[in-house]
Amino acid sequence: MSFIIFALVALFFVIIYQIAKASEYATTLRGEDKVRASTNKLMAWLLLAFLVLGMYAAWHFHESILDKMLPVSASAEGREYDSMFKATIILTGIVFFITQTLLFWFAFRYQSTEKRKPYFYPHNNKLELLWTTIPAIVMAVLVMVGLKNWFLMTSPAPASAQVVEIVGKQFNWLIRYPGADGELGRRNFRLINDANNVLGLDYKGDPRNLDDVVNQSGELHIVKGRPVKLIIGSRDVIHDVGLPHFRYKMDAVPGITTTIWFTPTVSTEEMKKITKNPNFVYEISCDQLCGKGHYSMRGTVIVHDTQEEFNEWMRKQTPDYVTNFANKPASPAPANQAAPVTDSAKKTAMK
Amino acid sequence: MSTQNEHIVIDGPNLVHGGTSEVDHNVHPNDRDRHGADDALHGHAHHEPHFIFKYIFSQDHKYIAKQFLITGMVWAIIGALMSVFFRLQLGWPDKNFAILETFLGHWAKGGKLSPEFYYALVTMHGTILIFFVLTAGLSGTFANFLIPLQVGARDMASPFMNMLSYWFFFTASVVMFCSLFVQTGPASGGWTSYPPLSAIREASLGSGTGMDLWLIAMALFVVSTLLGGLNYVSTVLNMRTKGMSMTRLPLTVWALFFTAIIGILSFPVLLSGFVLLIFDRNFGTSFYLSEIFINGRALPHVGGSPILYQHLFWFLGHPEVYIIMLPGMGIASEILSTNSRKPIFGYFAMVISLVGITVLSFLVWAHHMFVSGMSPFLGSIFVLMTLLIAVPSAVKTFNWLTTIWRGKLRFNVPMMFAIGFVSMFISGGLTGIFLGNSALDIHLHDTYFVIAHFHLVMGVSAFMGMFAGIYHWFPKMFGRQMNNTLGYIHFWLTFIGAYLIFWPMHYEGIAGMPRRYFDYSAWESFKQFESLNSFISICAIVTFFAQLIFLVNFFASIWKGKKVTDPNPWGSTTLEWTTPIKPGHGNWPGEIPTVYRWAYDYKDDGNGNDFVPQNVPLREGEEAH
Ligand code: HEM
Ligand SMILES: [Cu+2]
Ligand SMILES: [Cu+2]
Repeated sequence: MSFIIFALVALFFVIIYQIAKASEYATTLRGEDKVRASTNKLMAWLLLAFLVLGMYAAWHFHESILDKMLPVSASAEGREYDSMFKATIILTGIVFFITQTLLFWFAFRYQSTEKRKPYFYPHNNKLELLWTTIPAIVMAVLVMVGLKNWFLMTSPAPASAQVVEIVGKQFNWLIRYPGADGELGRRNFRLINDANNVLGLDYKGDPRNLDDVVNQSGELHIVKGRPVKLIIGSRDVIHDVGLPHFRYKMDAVPGITTTIWFTPTVSTEEMKKITKNPNFVYEISCDQLCGKGHYSMRGTVIVHDTQEEFNEWMRKQTPDYVTNFANKPASPAPANQAAPVTDSAKKTAMK
Repeated sequence: MSTQNEHIVIDGPNLVHGGTSEVDHNVHPNDRDRHGADDALHGHAHHEPHFIFKYIFSQDHKYIAKQFLITGMVWAIIGALMSVFFRLQLGWPDKNFAILETFLGHWAKGGKLSPEFYYALVTMHGTILIFFVLTAGLSGTFANFLIPLQVGARDMASPFMNMLSYWFFFTASVVMFCSLFVQTGPASGGWTSYPPLSAIREASLGSGTGMDLWLIAMALFVVSTLLGGLNYVSTVLNMRTKGMSMTRLPLTVWALFFTAIIGILSFPVLLSGFVLLIFDRNFGTSFYLSEIFINGRALPHVGGSPILYQHLFWFLGHPEVYIIMLPGMGIASEILSTNSRKPIFGYFAMVISLVGITVLSFLVWAHHMFVSGMSPFLGSIFVLMTLLIAVPSAVKTFNWLTTIWRGKLRFNVPMMFAIGFVSMFISGGLTGIFLGNSALDIHLHDTYFVIAHFHLVMGVSAFMGMFAGIYHWFPKMFGRQMNNTLGYIHFWLTFIGAYLIFWPMHYEGIAGMPRRYFDYSAWESFKQFESLNSFISICAIVTFFAQLIFLVNFFASIWKGKKVTDPNPWGSTTLEWTTPIKPGHGNWPGEIPTVYRWAYDYKDDGNGNDFVPQNVPLREGEEAH
């Protein structure tokens, strides 16, 4: 096997070398100037052909891949995102088309010929001014539209928003819902313990923790039409909560709390119909390299159709404190730990 | 002095060298320790320099340039080969490739890459191509080769420092190369090496010894860049020949000059970032670390901020992409003008846009951090600055287009690459407008859209510029021509291949497909790109083999290429073509030519030539530029 590969590589080099030799002989035979002139013409035509074929291919590819792209945005803010994205595509598309066409057309049009005289044209300040100000104005418009959306996206969440905490660790997502009190209690990284307190909830110092529900399966439950505010954190290295269907993403940084909020507008069930895919599921990807299992750090989002449906689900959950400490001797933090949960994607994939 | 300077238009810096021919000696305080044409010319009896000093510890800028070039090429092969390895994994995640095991041993048992080593490959691929190839290999080659030749100097301001610069780079290379073979594998935290991942040894295999070596190599690399950069800047400022005012410099020199300035101002910040990281790794400090629970225990660190590292890193990281781009811009300007037989359009606008890019490049770094948790208000400032930098880039593009407009275009191989450069720069530059707008970046960040964007605008463009430069100056470097047919084949395969590889990646990114993933097959949202990924991988492999054509052409031509007979084979105006076909140490056997005009006088010289070299005195009635 390796001999064949070696032979092929050797053959490859020999062929290259022969092409080179042959072309040199041909040039000497036919005369250098003649060869140069004909090559020049050939290259000019090739450049033109590249332009035409390339533009066609780009357009064709665009059309053919659309059905593999993300479905409509599942959040209200994402709708804004999509329209801004489209506007930017159209704008840059036009500039792309014009400049590339000029580049290859000029190349073809002004190829060297016997008769052609180059036009000595060293500068023109009016032109420079023109193509300084026009891009500047276009950019100013883009900045204004962009910042309008940016400040919208990063504005404080409405008071009615559902609050959920999502914490990254190597390599899965931990999700915490406030209990009946509607508030999340304080955490302390020194209290973390993979056996019975994965988030380091400070039960002694903050009783609000007692009814908090912690979900280690990486399933984020939210409600259609109700703004949701994500409190994002990390236990170890930097991760990133990526929500492609909602057009959002935010780093999860140890030692720092970050947040995003958005309003889901399409429930999971509805999206299954829109995409005609019964297996459709909103996914949370980790978008910041976090180590070996980065590519498998998968979470999911379940968008419930109604608040009642969500409440129903919530009623079935048990607060972490109850699971781990009620009915058990009251001393938290045993020395030995259970095997940490890893590679949530593998689990889901195997189902 | 005043008579000598008559033809010089207003130009301050030129006064530095007093303007007499003695200058040529004065500016070379080191001449006494050096050997070569310069001394021989003045009749000193001199022995040939010892082999070691001529071929290894050479201080001749032309030779050092070749050392940088060859080392860079070796790295380019390694870095590109790595991309082939990980593209095999991405293209066919469920297949095994025996060849992987042959090359990588236990990292690819049974022909299947391990995730850890996948990340190590990606990290080293990025580090190698960005720093070792497109910074050292590119600037190191062309700044060394072109600055003295094009400004009319016998060598660099400090040839000794110049030599040190290469040897620091070489040492950095050795350390980086060794890191590929340590037991826990090379660094694997991405070329950006964000802590805590890179700071905590338990966080991943590559954060062990591999990361230590990575940091040491990078520190040595920074030293090399600084030694080189200081030399380039002082040479351009102080060693221009008589008549070579700053406003007559070729755009290559301008571009390399600003490249060096950017490097000098930004690399020290990177180094300080690395030093703090070394402290955190080894001495228990907490600059970047806070509230971490890993491997079953809570670490003692509190109060540090991982974001601080990102600021320090990107303060270099962003200017770095201009360090990579500017030389290509200069080379493309030079080659487009020469082969259009027309002056570059808007010389001053070209210089001013370089200044604009240089200044703005320091004010946009945080556009890499829009979703890091940075204040949204701060983010908005960086949006503004980032989109502002599109303006000088647009000016450059339009000026290139106008340069070829109504020219008389010769499509030799360097010209093809220069056109390819402009095309790639446009394509990649336009997608930057998406990423610079934070509201759009919030979805695109760290997806394949970013991979596509920076490969086109920085990776491929810079390579196009570098290839253009190599094909163009090869006759000056080696006194021979490279083979044309192979050059054209190389160009078309590379140009088309690069578009086929990277264009589709934009769509994957728009669909949210994250970068730095080992395998997508478990993801409902991303697995539909499986066949597209195989297609990209096939294109990548073909493009990789196309580079071998270049390698054969390059090395065969050094010894077997057609000998150059015309000292100015492209009909260029710049000074390097006034040297002998194979310039010796000191570049010009006689006096250094005096310069009378700007670098782009492509016009009728009255004797049937369509260009007027810079060292030709003004004709009567001709206006100076
Ligand atoms: C044959 C040509 C090339 C191919 C096929 C290629 C492919 C890739 C791919 C697919 C990735 C993403 C891997 C991942 O995120 O999992 C990547 C990353 C990268 N590439 Fe390339 N590349 C090529 C050439 C270059 C060049 C010329 C540069 C020089 C600027 C470059 C710089 C980088 C960098 C900086 C990264 C990011 C590494 C990181 O994530 O830390 N590549 N390359
Ligand atoms: Cu991750
Ligand atoms: Cu940047």
